[in-house]
Amino acid sequence: MQRRYRIDKGIKYLLFFSAIVSIIIVFLIFFFIFQSSLPAFQQIGLRNILLETTWRPTNGQYGILAMIVGSVMVTFMAIVMGVPLALGAAIFLAEVAPRAVQNVFRSAIQLLAGIPSVVYGLFGMVVLVPIVRRIPVPGNSGYGLLSAAIVLAVMILPTITSVTEDALRAVPRSYKEASLALGATHWQTIIHVMIPAAKSGIIAALILGVGRAIGETMAMIMVIGNSVIMPTPLTDNPLTIFLRQARTLTGNIAVEINYATGLHESMLFATGVVLFILIMIINASAHLILRNGERS
Amino acid sequence: MNQAESNASSTVQSAAQKQPNRSNLKQRHLSQKFAFGALWVGGALVMLILLVVVGYVITNGIREVTWEFLTTAPRGGLSGEGGISTTIVSTVYLIGLTIVIATPLGIGAAIFLTEYAGETNVGSKFLRSLIDLVHFGVETLAGIPSIIFGLFGFALFVSVLHFGFSLLSAGLAGACLVLPTIIRTTEESLLTVPMSYREASLALGATKWQTIYQVVLPAAIPGIITGIILSVARVISETAVFYVTLGGSARMPTSIFSSGRTLALHLYYLAMDTNAFDKAMATGAVLIISIILINLIIDFVSSKLTAGLRENQ
Repeated sequence: MQRRYRIDKGIKYLLFFSAIVSIIIVFLIFFFIFQSSLPAFQQIGLRNILLETTWRPTNGQYGILAMIVGSVMVTFMAIVMGVPLALGAAIFLAEVAPRAVQNVFRSAIQLLAGIPSVVYGLFGMVVLVPIVRRIPVPGNSGYGLLSAAIVLAVMILPTITSVTEDALRAVPRSYKEASLALGATHWQTIIHVMIPAAKSGIIAALILGVGRAIGETMAMIMVIGNSVIMPTPLTDNPLTIFLRQARTLTGNIAVEINYATGLHESMLFATGVVLFILIMIINASAHLILRNGERS
Repeated sequence: MNQAESNASSTVQSAAQKQPNRSNLKQRHLSQKFAFGALWVGGALVMLILLVVVGYVITNGIREVTWEFLTTAPRGGLSGEGGISTTIVSTVYLIGLTIVIATPLGIGAAIFLTEYAGETNVGSKFLRSLIDLVHFGVETLAGIPSIIFGLFGFALFVSVLHFGFSLLSAGLAGACLVLPTIIRTTEESLLTVPMSYREASLALGATKWQTIYQVVLPAAIPGIITGIILSVARVISETAVFYVTLGGSARMPTSIFSSGRTLALHLYYLAMDTNAFDKAMATGAVLIISIILINLIIDFVSSKLTAGLRENQ
């Protein structure tokens, strides 16, 4: 009897320890990335890192503004292309599709989410880049913001679709019934009742999609071209800016970490810090919006 | 104004006759038809994207996937000679290592969060806020991009702890990556176990741990297995973390301190450093097929789970 209860106590502490492991990991990640980036911030200075566009490690020039712009641009383009399709797919899945179609469709979304990012990258290199290359603009290599954004749009589709679907399904049944009982059509109910009621969940889905897009690494390296230039139009036509090669923050870390040393290595950690802070802001706002939605 | 007057002066009957004309029901039904049509097209487009990507990779890759391709080692070089045997072995080792590290911690954390978090009524505000902090930690981990895990693994395991570019470093970094997945799925499946199970067990005189170990956990097994399989899929498809912690050697790993490359990493090297797009495509086909198989297993397990729930009710 006594022994059983002693075991009980001991195991409680063991479980308690495994529970706090995740906090410890978060703390360690913070600590190691910030600590390793300190030399860069001290020696180069925050202003030179964030506001300079020239990245030439051999020359001691470490400005990452061009990469911040690259990350933001490709994410924005992916959102513009991917979100309408993702929202449509979510509404289709939650409200329109018959049950049999739903099951097939849900497995498809699941598979789309499970395909490794390198496979998307390879598909982009082999199929998408040659198509984009056909656009007759001097200096267009096919690799660049447009190809990367198309790949990224497909990659964030499952995240946005499934979170939005959950949000639509969480709308109380009585809302829908009340609207239909007043004589509104199903479509009017979706537009005027369901979507406003699920608004906070949908916004959170978009923000999570942004987070995924900014954090994507390998597929971006494979199709975006990786040259560190401030994106500018290739010709007089401002639209050709989308054919410009670029580099993302994530790509910068992955491409150079294996051979970087000293200040250069520290600078890659500093790139990680910028990415980390960006992601923390994005995710925190998604959670705040979701929590406020739950409360109201 | 005129119309209103004439309406007012006309008889009730004619007003009733005019009613159908004023109804916009037809128009509303028409716009619904348009909207739903557009939604069907959107749904079809998503299916089409999936079919094109999966279909292209599999049809172009599968021709190269022979028994020989699967069982010979990559020989390297610009033309990407050889097969993928060592990368399959590395992938399997890495999956094993990651799961062995992450599963006990993840399940333990989930048990603590669901089974013990509720009993902190005895003036322990500290424990309460600690549990909130754990939830915050899990959410944060789930949102951090994988390259950050890679950087962390590179700084701590590869450099500070001197594990070098090795399966061990990659496995530890990978474990951090999949930990939130295991915690969340286990937590969810523990929450679906009816309270009456626990009450019945405790009423028979079992201790809390006996109850958890012999009653609650067996009932939650399908959910826990789903979490583990999801983590396996994550390790198979993850590249960024292992790109900066695993080193990328194509040789057969001999111990946990060996460098190695996973299938996904091998695909990346083939696509970026060689001209062997056909071999890369074949590796991609192997990856996609294994992900499809894993999804089928998850569907099977979760259908078991829902069947079990129905029995419970």
